[in-house]
Parts: sequence; structure tokens; C-alpha cells
Amino acid sequence: MGAALHNFVGGMDPYFLQILVNIGIAIILALGLNVITGLTGQLSLGHAAFMSVGAFASALLTIKTGLPFSLNLLLAGSFTALIGILIGFPILRLTGDYLAICTLGFAEIVKVVFLNLDITNRALGLTVPPAKTDIPMPIVVWICALLAVVAVTFVQNSRFGRALKAIREDEIAAESMGINLTLYKLKSFALGTFLAGIGGALYGHFLSYINPSDFGFLKSVDILSMVVLGGLGSVPGAVIGASVLAAAPEFLRFMSQYRMLVYGALLVFLMVFRPNGLLGGVNFVDLVLRTLGKKPGLPLRTGQKEE
Amino acid sequence: MLLQQLINGIALGSTYALIALGYTMVYGIITLINFAHGEIFMVGAFVGLLAVATFKLNIFVAMMVAMIASMIIGVVIELIAYRPLRKSSRLSALISAIGVSIFLSSLALMVFGADAKAFPSTAFPVRQIKIGEAEISSLQLLIIGISALLMLGLEFIVKKTKIGKAMRATSEDYNTAALMGINVNRVISFTFALGSALAAAGGVLVGVLFNAVSFNMGLMAGLKAFAAAVLGGIGSIPGAMLGGLMLGITEVLGVAAGFSSYRDAIAFAILVLVLLVKPTGLLGRKIQKKV
Repeated sequence: MGAALHNFVGGMDPYFLQILVNIGIAIILALGLNVITGLTGQLSLGHAAFMSVGAFASALLTIKTGLPFSLNLLLAGSFTALIGILIGFPILRLTGDYLAICTLGFAEIVKVVFLNLDITNRALGLTVPPAKTDIPMPIVVWICALLAVVAVTFVQNSRFGRALKAIREDEIAAESMGINLTLYKLKSFALGTFLAGIGGALYGHFLSYINPSDFGFLKSVDILSMVVLGGLGSVPGAVIGASVLAAAPEFLRFMSQYRMLVYGALLVFLMVFRPNGLLGGVNFVDLVLRTLGKKPGLPLRTGQKEE
Repeated sequence: MLLQQLINGIALGSTYALIALGYTMVYGIITLINFAHGEIFMVGAFVGLLAVATFKLNIFVAMMVAMIASMIIGVVIELIAYRPLRKSSRLSALISAIGVSIFLSSLALMVFGADAKAFPSTAFPVRQIKIGEAEISSLQLLIIGISALLMLGLEFIVKKTKIGKAMRATSEDYNTAALMGINVNRVISFTFALGSALAAAGGVLVGVLFNAVSFNMGLMAGLKAFAAAVLGGIGSIPGAMLGGLMLGITEVLGVAAGFSSYRDAIAFAILVLVLLVKPTGLLGRKIQKKV
């Protein structure tokens, strides 16, 4: 089976494959942040730091233990979630912009610590050996992305997901309905950082080189842009936002040095004309119900003015 | 030795404070984290550099030119990228601000190239003045002096003038201020102009201090200044000054104590620690949430 998949992947244009993998990883990262920021309404500006935790954890697992990649992914994700909980526990009682700046601060600290640790090879970065798996990486990435889409869709429509949305809409009202704010915020943080860890692990093993400086503020901003562009709190939105922004630098490549210029301007114009994102408030279950001709549930109210 | 580091810290901290003021004023009025602010600081530094190096202007005149240019850029950015989003979610405005920031830094990269540019050595003659054990350069004096002057000027505008009163009213309550006949759009433009001018002054000073102006200098400076604004209590003008000075001093002391490779983390570690103890920042007002 492994060989057949290798033949299939080997037959594809490597450049195209690279873009597809970038999109797949971006989807996992965007979905993770979508749980924290889109569903629960907690603005995080440090998602890339959690990605780096996952990337380094998984790279070190491969180097030191040679665990099978599936186990490695799970461990790396869980470790990242643990770090997320440890960081989240003290800071999640802050609200709004104070929380945002704290996540940003922690992200910078994580980056600087990784730049100074021997085990992460300081500023030189780590070369990641190939993952211990028969299945080619692009397929692994896409399986993970699909699983993430399914998982987050289920979470969104579960009792847990409704509690998160309640927290997003009004913390005081949610608390008076008996929702334990700290616990639910922590759980959402754990889920979001778990996905970030998986995304980071895949990223590291696909590129086979990781450097702490690659997971800076700009990477966090990239992921946040995907979530907001697609539409906060919407799973298809996160998927589309991630696909568009992960592929955009490639499509803009023909204008070489104007690329980032256009990217910046594009972000501004998209926000000015679609302030709620491309698919703000749309979710997969509603889409399916709508195509089946059934009446969807109440539309999510996202993107309204807070406070 | 300690006195020496303290002076270095105050000089660095004053520049953080100048940038932090722009963040805090804009946040106070429209609760937007203006992520493009660090880039305005960078643009200000480049305009100052151009004025000094190409047009052979005096450093003080160059600073004025940079401030005016940045004022215009700040107002235009608000008009194009933030005003249409005032009624939408704050996150959309935030992304728009990030877009502006990416746009400006890549524009600077295209126009000025990737390598850092230096101010000509004739820009400001540096002399060392001895005070006891410590040595203070005339440049540090200039930075501290100009920052203090600008902050006093800002304090005067906000506290004593009519437009300052309008600013305070708008930041107190946007809608009520509008009902009282205050042209809030003009007030917001004015706030952006003030903040951008201060950032540009900071940019020129930092450019001369480190003798380097580059397209990516805005990012870290902006993040740290924002941390300073939050540290002092975002929305509070004295808070931004205090936060900037505190960050500058702790950073310099931390480097002197041998943590130089952790330099960029020191500012954020202080920030996180303070916020955990006092979640509204040092001088921030506690907002009572009404249900």
C-alpha cells in the first residue's frame, strides 16, 4: 500500500504537491486558531509559537527515539497542548487585548528560549530526519487536515462547542448559565494548541529543517489572517482562508518583488469590502442541510462589534 | 556603573515611550491596536534619513519634516484602512492594520533595499560628558530632552486645548461625544496625526542612536512599544511614558547583567509578569463591566 501511494505522489508535479501540502498544514493551523479565536473569542497572537513547540518536540522525538510517526504526532500534539494549558492557565483570566498581548509576549519568549537552548541547536536550527512512516508525507498531511476538519466540525456542533460560542458572545451571561469559564477556555486552548502542535510536527517533517526564527510574530499573523479572512468561527471559512492565503504567495509569484506589497494591500481591501471574512458565519452542517433543502439552524452571529 | 546603565536605559526607554504614546492614544479612542504604528516609526526614520543625507538638512529640521510626513501618512492610513471598518468587528480592523504594516515594510524594502542605512556621521556631533562615574553622550541627552519636550507638548495639547478636550471626550464615550457636536472623525484623524508625529520623532532618534535605519526596524520596536503601552495601562498617556521607561531600563539592565541573548524576551517577560499581578496595567483604569 505504501509503495502504491508513493507511486501516486511521485507522479504528481512536485511544485504543485508542495503547494498542496502547504495548504494542508495551513488548514490544520487555521482550524486550531479558529477554535481559540473564532469559536471562543479569545484573540491569540502567538499561535506560531505553539506550532514551533510541536515542530521541535516531534523532531526531537524522531531524532532521539525513532517512534512511528503516528505516535510521534500524537505525542507532539499532546505535549504542545500541555504547554498550551500551562501557559493558558495563568493568562486566560485576562480578557481581550490584554490576553492578545500576553500570548504575543509568550510567543516571543518561546522563540528566544528555543534560540538559546542546546537541544534545539540554538540559532542554527534542527535538521529533521525523515518521518518513520510508510505513507508519503503529503498524504499524511492531508489525512491529518481531513481529520482536523471533521473533529472541529463535530466540536463546533457539540455541547462543548455551544458553550464556547456562549463564552464568545457574552462571558457574563455564559457564566451565569453555569459554564465554568476558566475550564472551557482552557479546554479550547488545549484543543487549539494540540492542532498547532500537529501542524508544526508536519511542517518540520515535510520541510526537514526547522529554525525558531521561522515561527515568529509574522507567522502567527499569517495564521490569524487565514482565520479572519475566511470568517471567524466558520470551519469552511478557515479551510478557504487557509487555502487562499497559503497559495496566494505562489500565485503572486509572477510579480516577484511586488508580492508582499500586493499581499498587504489585498488584506486591507478584503477586510474593507468583506469585514466578516469570505464565509463569516457559515458552517458545514448548515451547508449540507441547505443543499438537502432543509432549513438550517440560526445563522451564527459573528463579526458583530464587541462590547 | 549602575548610573551609566540607568542613563542608557532612560534614553532607550524614552524612544519606546514616544512610540507607545501613539498606540495608547489610538487605542484609547477607537480601541484598535494599530499594528501599522511600528511601520510609521520606520517610515519616519527613513524620511529623516533622506532629509539629512540627501537634502543636507539640519537634524532638527529633518525631524520636523519626518514628523509632518508621518502625520500625513498616519491620517491617510486611517482614512483608507480603518475608517470603513469602524462599525465592523475589531478583529477585521486588526487584520487591516496588519495588512497596512506588511504593505509599508515591503514598500520600504523595495525603495530602500534590504541593508540597513546609516545616518551620516555629521548628522549630530556626539560629545561625551562625564558625570561622576558615568559618561553620558550628548546624543542621549538630546534624545531624553526631545522626548521630554514632545511629551510635555502632548500633555499640553490633551489637557489644555479644545481639540484635546474633544479627544478626551471621544475616548470617554464615542457616541455621546458625537451627540455633543464633536466631529469625531476629525478628532480621530487628529489623534492619528499626533501619534504618527511622535512615532516619527522616535524613529529619527532611534536611527541616530543606533546609526541604522532598515525596512524591518518597525516590527520589534512596534511590538515592544505596544508592550510598553499595555504595561502602563493601555489608553493611559502617563502609563505609556512610564511603561516605555520601565521597559527600556529593564532591558538595558538585563543586557548588562549578562542576559544579552535573551534581550528581546526581557521586555515581554516583564510585561507578562506585571499583567498577571495587575491585569489592567500599571496605571490602567479598572473597567467596571455593566450588565
